[in-house]
Amino acid sequence: MRNFDIIVVGGGHAGIEASIAATQMGCSVGLVTMDKNAIGRMSCNPAIGGSAKGHLVHEVDALGGFMGVIADKTGIQFRILNKSKGPAVWAGRCQSDRKLYSQEAVHLTSSFSNLEVIEDSILGILEENKSVTGVKTQSGKEFKCKAIIICSGTFLNGLMHTGLSSEKGGRFGEKPATGLTESLINMGFISGRLKTGTPPRLKKDSINWEILEKQNGDENPKPFSLRTDKNQFPFLPQISCYITYTDRVVHSILEKGFDKSPMFTGLIEGVGPRYCPSIEDKIVRFSEKERHQLFLEPEGLDSDQIYLNGFSTSLPAEIQAEAIQKIKGLENVEMVRAGYAVEYDYFPPYQVDLSLETKLITGLYFAGQINGTSGYEEAAGQGIVAGINAALKIQKRPEFILKRSESYIGVLIDDLVSKSTKEPYRMFTSRAEHRLLLRQDNVDRRLLKYGYEFGLISKELYNEMKERESFISIGKELLSQTKILPNQINQLLESKNLSEIENAETIDKLAKRPGLSLKEILILVDQKESMVYNNLIDKNELLEQLEVEIKYEGYIKRQEDLVIKTEKLEEMLIPLNFNYNNLKTISTEGREKLSKIRPHSIGQATRISGVTPSDISVLLVYLKS
Amino acid sequence: MNFEDDIIVALATPAGIGAISVIRVSGTGSISAVGKIFNGKHDLLRCSTHTIHYGKIFDENKEMIDDVLISIFKKPNSYTGEESVEISTHGSSLIVQKIIQTLLKENIRLAEPGEFTKRAFLNGRIDLAQAEAVADLINSRTEASFRGARNQLDGLLSKKVEGLRNKLVTASSLIELELDFAEEDLEFVSKNEVIKLIDEIIFEIDQLLETYKFGKILRDGVNVAIVGKPNVGKSSLLNYILKESRAIVSHIPGTTRDVIREEVSIDGVLFRLFDTAGIRNSYDEIEKEGVSRSQQAVKDADIVIFLNDITEKFSMDLYNKLLQLTTKDRILIVLNKIDLNFTETFSGDIKISALSGAGISELFNLLKEKAASNNSYSEKTAIISSVRHYDALLNARKQLKNARRSIENKMSGEFISTDLRSAEDSLGEIIGIVSSDDILNSIFAKFCIGK
Repeated sequence: MRNFDIIVVGGGHAGIEASIAATQMGCSVGLVTMDKNAIGRMSCNPAIGGSAKGHLVHEVDALGGFMGVIADKTGIQFRILNKSKGPAVWAGRCQSDRKLYSQEAVHLTSSFSNLEVIEDSILGILEENKSVTGVKTQSGKEFKCKAIIICSGTFLNGLMHTGLSSEKGGRFGEKPATGLTESLINMGFISGRLKTGTPPRLKKDSINWEILEKQNGDENPKPFSLRTDKNQFPFLPQISCYITYTDRVVHSILEKGFDKSPMFTGLIEGVGPRYCPSIEDKIVRFSEKERHQLFLEPEGLDSDQIYLNGFSTSLPAEIQAEAIQKIKGLENVEMVRAGYAVEYDYFPPYQVDLSLETKLITGLYFAGQINGTSGYEEAAGQGIVAGINAALKIQKRPEFILKRSESYIGVLIDDLVSKSTKEPYRMFTSRAEHRLLLRQDNVDRRLLKYGYEFGLISKELYNEMKERESFISIGKELLSQTKILPNQINQLLESKNLSEIENAETIDKLAKRPGLSLKEILILVDQKESMVYNNLIDKNELLEQLEVEIKYEGYIKRQEDLVIKTEKLEEMLIPLNFNYNNLKTISTEGREKLSKIRPHSIGQATRISGVTPSDISVLLVYLKS
Repeated sequence: MNFEDDIIVALATPAGIGAISVIRVSGTGSISAVGKIFNGKHDLLRCSTHTIHYGKIFDENKEMIDDVLISIFKKPNSYTGEESVEISTHGSSLIVQKIIQTLLKENIRLAEPGEFTKRAFLNGRIDLAQAEAVADLINSRTEASFRGARNQLDGLLSKKVEGLRNKLVTASSLIELELDFAEEDLEFVSKNEVIKLIDEIIFEIDQLLETYKFGKILRDGVNVAIVGKPNVGKSSLLNYILKESRAIVSHIPGTTRDVIREEVSIDGVLFRLFDTAGIRNSYDEIEKEGVSRSQQAVKDADIVIFLNDITEKFSMDLYNKLLQLTTKDRILIVLNKIDLNFTETFSGDIKISALSGAGISELFNLLKEKAASNNSYSEKTAIISSVRHYDALLNARKQLKNARRSIENKMSGEFISTDLRSAEDSLGEIIGIVSSDDILNSIFAKFCIGK
């Protein structure tokens, strides 16, 4: 019988991060996947990042994960979204070459000596006294291990629907994983069913590109990863996406297929995501809308397939084919593969702790879609946290829990555990109450220390961040001391229709004015002798970060105060075995929810719906026993 | 910032009328904050812990509110384990309200229910046995507030605030939509729309804030000062109303040196009656004190019954003095002693006899009308009656103004949203809802999202 420290089940975005983090922390890892070449395969759209998801990629990167590295290497279009908004919501997004992304992931996972990729499927978990001891596989093998991380994606009892016909499988052309759900249920876990969908794939040559609206990438693309060599980036030639729209004619064709829709006929039981509805859902729920926007996204540089983003559907294939030909630019389109919906098992995430270890079985971790999330980035964020925690547990070190106030990953996991999702959970910036503090520009200052602590980030990278950190604090100090005289700046102010100054003012104060950039002011500083000028002027990226912190200081300060205010409650830990039945004086609903979710801290308890402020007060006074 | 730096205040004794009321202030800087509104023999900051000091408390306009006893507790020897002050005032919810309102302006906030106990616990001041007892207490308080919440007033208020909060969620979702769904094919509403929505909410909050005075009357009652020259029958009137003799009725002027206070309920509205000693000048030390108290009673009164002897001349002097202390619309001119022979030389609002009781029921009707006349609220109006709600609404209003300013300064949505969310939290405090999911739910319900 083979022996591993950790078995990772599934080679998707969560599985990749979990296994690499754990092996780098010194654990022997067996990564079990049904298909060695399917590691890192993108089931849905060929893109990484986006609003809030881009933040997650940066965070995974700062912790020492690899999603950003792979995305940078295989990206064929890079854009920063929300550039016209404030810095907290700027978000990177890239189109990826689907094939290359997976190849890169396969290559990466094969390059660690203590990480073995095993082609097999897990049938069951072996445990003794509520503690994992190993796994049993489809091919009849057993592996001994100290921890198991399940990253099963959409594969647990996966069922794909197109029209009224359904087929077992987790992804097009791939078998489902059976047996594992049942094994977990036998151990006492509760499962649920979710649904997600994909759009049809189109043949590239059959599209009339000339008449379509083009969407280019940024002129100066920025990589996700701190480890990406900026001189080589971007690594691949860059492409464009295209935009088109449905119309009433398309809608009416689709409506013909509603009686054969697995969604509307009740064939699909799983709950789908509201933020990513199928096209038939959009037509029904927003019937007043004349058209819906669609994106034509290339699947790769040498791929002849196009992903029709926005047209996810499970209607019968012939209806799909008929409808898309009425879309502008797709008059003669050839549908390579029909869209389908996939249903899969998940385990409502109140069953895991903030470390992603299950509450029921010691050493068993869940990460990714099994916890009810959707999206590669959400999966990767959980994967790395689960990988780190499994390794820490084996090494008998304290668990690693990210705070809501320091990361989106912290928000993600806390939301999952405290609120337990009923639809596929996607990250949005609005989910983070401390959004102004969780920016892409300060991700290194927020999280690199953890990656470094766990040996996932090099000393060199860490020191560079320390330098940037001190640059910013020294810069702030300098700018608050250096004054600009009226005669130095009034001309500039006048030209911008801003009110002129009467007395000398410090640079940081001036930089707070809307419409005035830090760089513009710095140029006015007496250049020859000025330490300020020499220190700051040519460091563009750092200057940008400095400017953000100065310009929005008031707002940032308010959020920081809020964090400090709530911190005390976050730090008041509740023992995992706390018996809520002892609390005679709290509400029934409060007791029920608290017993089920078993919050980690008082702060977390306050976020559970149904737990009242007076329940919290009672809990507080009882806790110190 | 530590939570201790957040100074909290609340009434520590049961609400309502007792001989004294105790206001508790806790947190680092409590002593200096109370010191700012207190005037006594000693500088509070220099006093040692567990000492008691007599002095006066003034409001922000330097007007005296009450004379009080201040107890000083230095860290860690207090109930909460923090620097604390306890203010013992005369037992009047009016005085308590005023002092708390004044303290709120000193960067102190109202304590949440159970917050003193929470701090005591957090600071390790109470052990489990004590904690259990307090926990029961907190619970019983919850039950009481639960019962309270069932009454019609609170029900209306919750509904109203929930409506406001829903509007605010809509405003937030319009802002968030642009942030999280910029890539979608959506028509984003102009910021003017959001401003319009914000202004609507502010307008409604202002209306609610205005009801506070009336709400207070419903809860605390109407203060009525009875003023008149000696021997016009003030005490007789009071006695008649009370149907029991407690104030000293006497023909010797000035015997009612102190302000006598009684409470009666007339058709469900509580009237608090102050029989004053008169507000004329006096050189007698004791009487001087009585006069000053009377003046205060007039200032605090919602209605002043200006009692005149119909058999004598109208006391123009006194009337003029009253006008310096209160406004004309608050004064009710009542002509007494119609049981005697008189020739009417001047007119008033009503004629009565405090001896026979003639005209008294008409007087009651007038009082009721007058109490409500400034604010014409029907039973269908939501009314603010608690300082906590008032404070939360003020906070929400402030945040909404901030949000408006952020929009005007062309700040990006995430900054506007920070302000809107604070406002939402403040409103949520009133009805006990805190949830950021509402915004996303609102977005998904109203907009077709799905790239």
